[in-house]
Amino acid sequence: MANAIELTNVSKVYRRYSRKRQFATLKSALLSRSLVRDLNPEDTFPAVQDVTFNLPTGRTLGVIGRNGSGKSTLLKLVAGITKPTTGSVKVNGRISALIELGAGFHPEISGRENVFINGIMLGLTKREITRRFDEIVEFAELKDFIDAPVKTYSSGMYMRLGFAVAIHVDPDVLLVDEVLAVGDEGFTHKCLDKFGEFKRRGKTILLVTHSLGLVERFCDEALWMDGGKKKGTGDPVRVVGAYITNVEKSEEATLAAADARAHGSAAAMSPDDPASAALPDHPIETANAPTDMFRATEGRWGSREIEITEVQLLGPDGTAGHVFHSGEPMTVRLQLRAPVAMEDFVLGVGIFNAEGLCCYGTNTSIEELKAVRIIGDAEAKFDIARLDLVEGTYKLDVAVHKQDGYPFDYHRLLYTFRVKSRTKDVGIYRPEHSWSFSESMKFSRTSSPGDLDDSH
Amino acid sequence: MLHNLAALVKYRGLIQSLVVRDVKARYRGSVLGFFWSFINPLLLLLVYSFVFGYVLPNKVPSAEPYPLFLFCGILPWTWFASSLIESSGVLVSGGNLIKKVLFPAEVLPIVTVLANMVHFLFGLPILLIFLLFAKGHHWPPLSELAWFPVVMLVQLILTTAFALILSALTVHFRDIRDILSNILTVWFFATPVIYPWFDAPQGTKQFLSFNPMTHVIVSYQEILFFEGPFGHLKWLLVLGVISLFFFLFGYFIFDRLRDTFAEEV
Repeated sequence: MANAIELTNVSKVYRRYSRKRQFATLKSALLSRSLVRDLNPEDTFPAVQDVTFNLPTGRTLGVIGRNGSGKSTLLKLVAGITKPTTGSVKVNGRISALIELGAGFHPEISGRENVFINGIMLGLTKREITRRFDEIVEFAELKDFIDAPVKTYSSGMYMRLGFAVAIHVDPDVLLVDEVLAVGDEGFTHKCLDKFGEFKRRGKTILLVTHSLGLVERFCDEALWMDGGKKKGTGDPVRVVGAYITNVEKSEEATLAAADARAHGSAAAMSPDDPASAALPDHPIETANAPTDMFRATEGRWGSREIEITEVQLLGPDGTAGHVFHSGEPMTVRLQLRAPVAMEDFVLGVGIFNAEGLCCYGTNTSIEELKAVRIIGDAEAKFDIARLDLVEGTYKLDVAVHKQDGYPFDYHRLLYTFRVKSRTKDVGIYRPEHSWSFSESMKFSRTSSPGDLDDSH
Repeated sequence: MLHNLAALVKYRGLIQSLVVRDVKARYRGSVLGFFWSFINPLLLLLVYSFVFGYVLPNKVPSAEPYPLFLFCGILPWTWFASSLIESSGVLVSGGNLIKKVLFPAEVLPIVTVLANMVHFLFGLPILLIFLLFAKGHHWPPLSELAWFPVVMLVQLILTTAFALILSALTVHFRDIRDILSNILTVWFFATPVIYPWFDAPQGTKQFLSFNPMTHVIVSYQEILFFEGPFGHLKWLLVLGVISLFFFLFGYFIFDRLRDTFAEEV
């Protein structure tokens, strides 16, 4: 099978001008005779490094990767908008690039005229546009507004028209850069249907997207870009899986760093002076009052007669981490220290979501456990058998205080963890559930089985 | 380079639509619409007629009726000057196209020059009315009028060459736009638009002949205004050949800088 796109050792190096260059003008360039030097900057930024891949005709490739990983540059290289610094790019057939929709629309003239000019820019002839005009307008759902100047369009209308023109160019190779978020659900489906039709007709598609589900469902191959380099390629499900794992690892690192910062600032507060440690809106005598439970200000206070020295979140395999999967077990492990023996104390844990809403809170007193004594170093574990939360970032409160609320050590929202999920369900709590149907009703899966499998 | 130049022919449909769009869009929303294409040169004409007819009445008998003489020069000069001013910013303002659409960038300065040519053509009916009603002025013979399109062609090639160079360089040096408006003011007075070239002192005349626009403007004046044969023809043809080479040079510069546009604008 012939290749529609062939990239051989392609690199793209962007020049990064120094601050001096930014303010340089012709005059200063001439005066300081730095014209030649400025045009040959030494400071460069490799956006794409040594990428080689072939895409056979009729295949659909999904390009994934983090922001700044070179995806869009790669697309521009394939489109021919920028030239590679080294290496060669070969594309067979007519290209249509959906990079920015409606680029080149002139605001003052009507949608109708813009369709013609945009179409010609994208390589159609006037006659071809005339033939497809009604189809384009219908696809964009703009029948009533097509003769109004484009400046009166909403951004959605603008994008829809741009998309409609670009998709009707009838290219052999379609390049799409994260443009599917241009309309309501219905329009997105229409776009996907159109892509599907392209696929059936044996066209080649290169899709840059952050929508991993789309890559798994829709693409024949996936290409994972990382820091300008090709990190992985092949079967979409496998590549996406590897990518997700990698993203989790880096999220883990960011959360760990954020935690360290939060602890650093909390530890800076004087431990033996509860009055000064308490924030103005946290009078210590009400530290455990219900109103305070819902106030989302992070910090740490308390007398430290019993101190929480370390808090760790453990995953199913017992290692500490910050990223957990919905439905899997999680353990909160507290290390405590009491220099002198204490007999009146309560341990509490609270989980808050990103909006500061308390998802769950409990303590030993509520659960009718009466403290007997603590002396020296101790450890407490709070085991959650199933972390049935929807995807999101959550914060943890841990506290040890007297029965009457007097705080020994209160850690307010100091620990952050992230819950990941493959399903995009909404709310806070995900009860363990399944669907069942009677004989007269039938469903088929819309996505690959991996999509619904939490543990992948 | 020649390959790219040849590919430009493919884009003539695009150039045509963009010129139409430019002309249409320019006066969209204004009350007088494309009448501004008439009114603008007319107002300029009024100012200069007032200054040189009443404030500084320095009558040159060969340049009478003066408003008509002035108009023969101002109209093509406006085409030239606004083409240069607009094309110097055209790649920067059209950055979205260059960055996001696969698009031959030279289309933009070319469209600018052509759109200004259309405005020039819109101004011609006024010139026609002046020619018809000017007291004691002859109607130019058809044999001379036939050269009018040739003068336009030479001006078109010359202007396009300047437009290509300026648009490409402005991407790297934005201050060209500011310098340019000053240069054009000097250039205007160094071109025999408000005074006849023939009456200039010998040394000045020679000096002015190094200005390519001198020969373009003098050609228009000889065809439309001055009686007698089109004596400047050989100058015009030489300028035509030079312009052609200059155009290739301009295109060469543009082509060399082409790959930097997407990153710089």
